Amino acid sequence: MTHRLFVRLSLLPLAVVVVAFFLLPMLQLIITGASGDLGLSAYAAILFEPRYRATLINTVLLAAATTVATLVIATVSGLFLQRHRFFGRAILVAMLTFPLAFPGVVVGFMIILLAGRQGLIGDVTLLLLGEKLVFAYSIAGLFLGYLYFSIPRVILTIMAAVEKLDRSLEEAARALGARPWAIHRDVILPALAPAIVASGAIVFATAMGAFGTAFTLATNIDVLPMLIYTEFTLSANIAMAAALSVGLGLVAWAILALARSFSGNTIAAAG
Amino acid sequence: MGNRLSFLAQLALTLLVAAFLIVPAILSMLAGVTANYFRGIRSGLTLQWVMQVWELYADTIVRSFAVALITLAVTLIVGVPAAYALHVRGDRLARAVEEIITLPLAIPGLAIALALLLAYGGLSDFRRSSLFIVAGHVVFTLPFMVRSVIAVFALIDVKTLDESASSLGASAWRRFRDVIVPNAVPGILAGSLMVVTLSLGEFNLTWMLHTPLTKTLPVGLADSYASMRLEVASAYTLVFFVMIIPLLVAMQIFADRAGRQVALR
Repeated sequence: MTHRLFVRLSLLPLAVVVVAFFLLPMLQLIITGASGDLGLSAYAAILFEPRYRATLINTVLLAAATTVATLVIATVSGLFLQRHRFFGRAILVAMLTFPLAFPGVVVGFMIILLAGRQGLIGDVTLLLLGEKLVFAYSIAGLFLGYLYFSIPRVILTIMAAVEKLDRSLEEAARALGARPWAIHRDVILPALAPAIVASGAIVFATAMGAFGTAFTLATNIDVLPMLIYTEFTLSANIAMAAALSVGLGLVAWAILALARSFSGNTIAAAG
Repeated sequence: MGNRLSFLAQLALTLLVAAFLIVPAILSMLAGVTANYFRGIRSGLTLQWVMQVWELYADTIVRSFAVALITLAVTLIVGVPAAYALHVRGDRLARAVEEIITLPLAIPGLAIALALLLAYGGLSDFRRSSLFIVAGHVVFTLPFMVRSVIAVFALIDVKTLDESASSLGASAWRRFRDVIVPNAVPGILAGSLMVVTLSLGEFNLTWMLHTPLTKTLPVGLADSYASMRLEVASAYTLVFFVMIIPLLVAMQIFADRAGRQVALR
């Protein structure tokens, strides 16, 4: 067997699996999206039908808020953890990255334990304010859940990026009389920009498509993945569910592709 | 003075975030072994909820391991040769293929699951078996295996190894088996840990693909969160933590070691 033939054969199992279980099904999804009562215009309905559009806007706003909050928190903490050595630092880093492998459902349960009917926040506010604060099942709970699974991912990326920073640039800025705030604004943050953009895109795309957390917190939160799920299971509106899925997939993919063209490599792991 | 204040403010924020992440996890572990969560720890510690979880959900735990191991086997058989071929070719086709197999990471699991349901939902024997779930997990985890093996190939000089083995008269298959694979072991192990961890925790796809007879652990978890008392749900979550933590620790040790090896080069 020649080398070329062997290399080709090595790709064969991959080709079979990817075509059979990914490409053909995705093609079927796209076709199904256009096969309902609305035809091709089902795709336009995502933007123009008021209910779908409201959900889309909700989802985008929630994902954007999650992205901004996660980036701010993770950049401050990531810089801090990478730049200072103190007692207990390793444990702190371990605590911050522990939830990395939690599925969305488990994250939802964590939020219930914090802010649910028997939650810690409710107990504390009952004690302090005489009123039980319960918000796990609202959009605030969902936001907290998205923060919960985004922060560990981003902190690790930021810490790795901070480690690679060229410290002599900061020293030069300091020697030239720049104040700490100016050094952060003009030297450190621009150098971290690729890592921040890349992880921001991952957070946004993941938050757009996250299903497990919304599913666990349930009730009446209108986000796109829940809408797809209810269209598919409760309304049996399979064509619309397919069209919405294609739309969601396109948005998530486009955001990641855009960020990658700006900053090199991005790789997501859905939550 | 300003420096000290800024240090404390940053420390406070970091501690707050750590508490936000870790407190609920600790609460859930405690709740899983507390006799009555509403009355708190003073009601006593017990393993009765863990036992109840085993009675109710043992099948989901076993099935999750089986699905993860079959997924691992498939990603190994498919992914390792593919990583080798993609690395050796390194041309535009190889980059395009890598791009395509990475797509499932960008597309939400829900969309992929719907696509699989639409394409294969009619094949009822396949649809009803756990292999249907495996198919979804393979699509989702394959890129991690391929990328992690390719990353190792990028560090070692595969072409020279391959050519010298070839000049000694080894066939393509023997070179792959005796030279390429042994050299790729670190990447294969890292990829395997990732595949198993992701498969054990996968929910977004699995919730759509499962049937009442093919529930996995995360599916059971969602079930228990919706319908069981808090202690049982917590005990079940505790079981999941116990399964997943050794994998996470192994991955961390591995990443540290790989980091050191890269630093040495």
